[in-house]
Amino acid sequence: MSQPDLIIHDEKDNVGVVVIETTKKGQDCNAWIMENDKTVKVPSENDVPLGHKIALKDLKVGDTIFKYGHDIGKVVKEIKKGEHVHVHNVKTKKW
Amino acid sequence: MKIPKSFLGYKRENGRAGTRNHVIILPVDDISNACAEAVANNIKGTIALPHSYGRLQFGADLELHFRTMIGTGRNPNVAAVIVIGIEPKWTKKIVDGIAETGKPVEGFHIERSGDIQTIMKASKKAQEFSMWASEKQREECPMSDLWISVKCGESDTTSGLASNPTVGNLMDKLEPLGVHLCFGETSELTGAEQVCAKRGATPEAQEKFMKTWSEYNDFILKEATDDLSESQPTAGNIAGGLTTIEEKAFGNFQKIGSRKFIDVLEPAEEPKKGKGLYFMDTSSAAAECVTLQAAGGFNIHLFPTGQGNIIGNPIEPVVKLTANPLTAKLMSEHVDCDVSKILSREMNLDQAGDKLIETTLKVANGRLTCAEALGHREFVMTKLYRSA
Repeated sequence: MSQPDLIIHDEKDNVGVVVIETTKKGQDCNAWIMENDKTVKVPSENDVPLGHKIALKDLKVGDTIFKYGHDIGKVVKEIKKGEHVHVHNVKTKKW
Repeated sequence: MKIPKSFLGYKRENGRAGTRNHVIILPVDDISNACAEAVANNIKGTIALPHSYGRLQFGADLELHFRTMIGTGRNPNVAAVIVIGIEPKWTKKIVDGIAETGKPVEGFHIERSGDIQTIMKASKKAQEFSMWASEKQREECPMSDLWISVKCGESDTTSGLASNPTVGNLMDKLEPLGVHLCFGETSELTGAEQVCAKRGATPEAQEKFMKTWSEYNDFILKEATDDLSESQPTAGNIAGGLTTIEEKAFGNFQKIGSRKFIDVLEPAEEPKKGKGLYFMDTSSAAAECVTLQAAGGFNIHLFPTGQGNIIGNPIEPVVKLTANPLTAKLMSEHVDCDVSKILSREMNLDQAGDKLIETTLKVANGRLTCAEALGHREFVMTKLYRSA
């Protein structure tokens, strides 16, 4: 059981959370999926700090972000696989 | 892990048990703070609970004020109470509410006698209470005497990944032992409200939850600017990687494990339906929420944090845990239980839950929390609307 770089809550999720101090641009990350205990490889296209999210696939404007297997917001700016996902490209569907 | 069957607590007159043995000096209103603080300064072994309100409130807001004051005095972590207010009537109302528990309580009002004479009279009584309380010994109490409240703060994604699920794991393990449990934070369930409502144990509990959440959400929609002015999520949440209220809510919700809630409580309302999990309608601001839960009678609090919230409470010990390795390292004096090894997979949730149970029991038995050792005594009343 090696230390993961990313943790993904649910198989359905399209984002993973960085659990090391930071990823480096170009890093090939080990991502552990908690739900099914599988490990997948995800490229990091930016330096992404601990706790921040990385896209597991290409996402277009209007797409829904899934985390915990649930809808946590909408894409407002196109995101490529491996890019940092945060307030600059995702917004709440509430409020 | 074999979970202990008991802890060492202070048995109270009404059958409850405390994890602490405080003698409190409770001001009814803002202008009585000076008197209360003077008494606490005179008499060792007492603490004053100053706050900002208690004048010209009315309706539901005034009822909440009384419920919070009376509930704080009734909490089993409190051995005895001195109540000090400007006027006799409201002072007496609070004294009477606390006296139902059978614990020593006495009220003093300042009008027509002034601060100095009130301080003298109240100090004499406080000395008597403090010395009486100091004779109390911890005794073996069943685990069911633990009333555990939870609330998270300065959350980040590590909260939803690890520290909140650790609390959930503890709940799953301790609920069968007959403990009372309480979660709150109405606004921070936004986005997860439908999923949360389904955790109501009965259709009534589910409906009551949705009604409570909808009222809160309507209020927020009415008063909010377009982005809630960085209040949900907070700047700290965003720095920690949380992007939306929905993401925060699903992380928050991990704290109740796989439990179902049996009832929805008003802010500061004491649960009446026996053991099990309750949802309390509270603000998501840490000090307000814990103050309300303590007034509801909860005697130990679990507080998962991501970026490092430092809150404490004067009467309910606040046990802090974090799964963020940077917080555990940079703010170690605030962290009672470090579960950051979950992220590196050197610890699993079951082990983390056991570690938190051990910490919780140490604190229940008398070990000071970090917040207690550092002197955090945040006592913050929730105010519903403007005063008259």
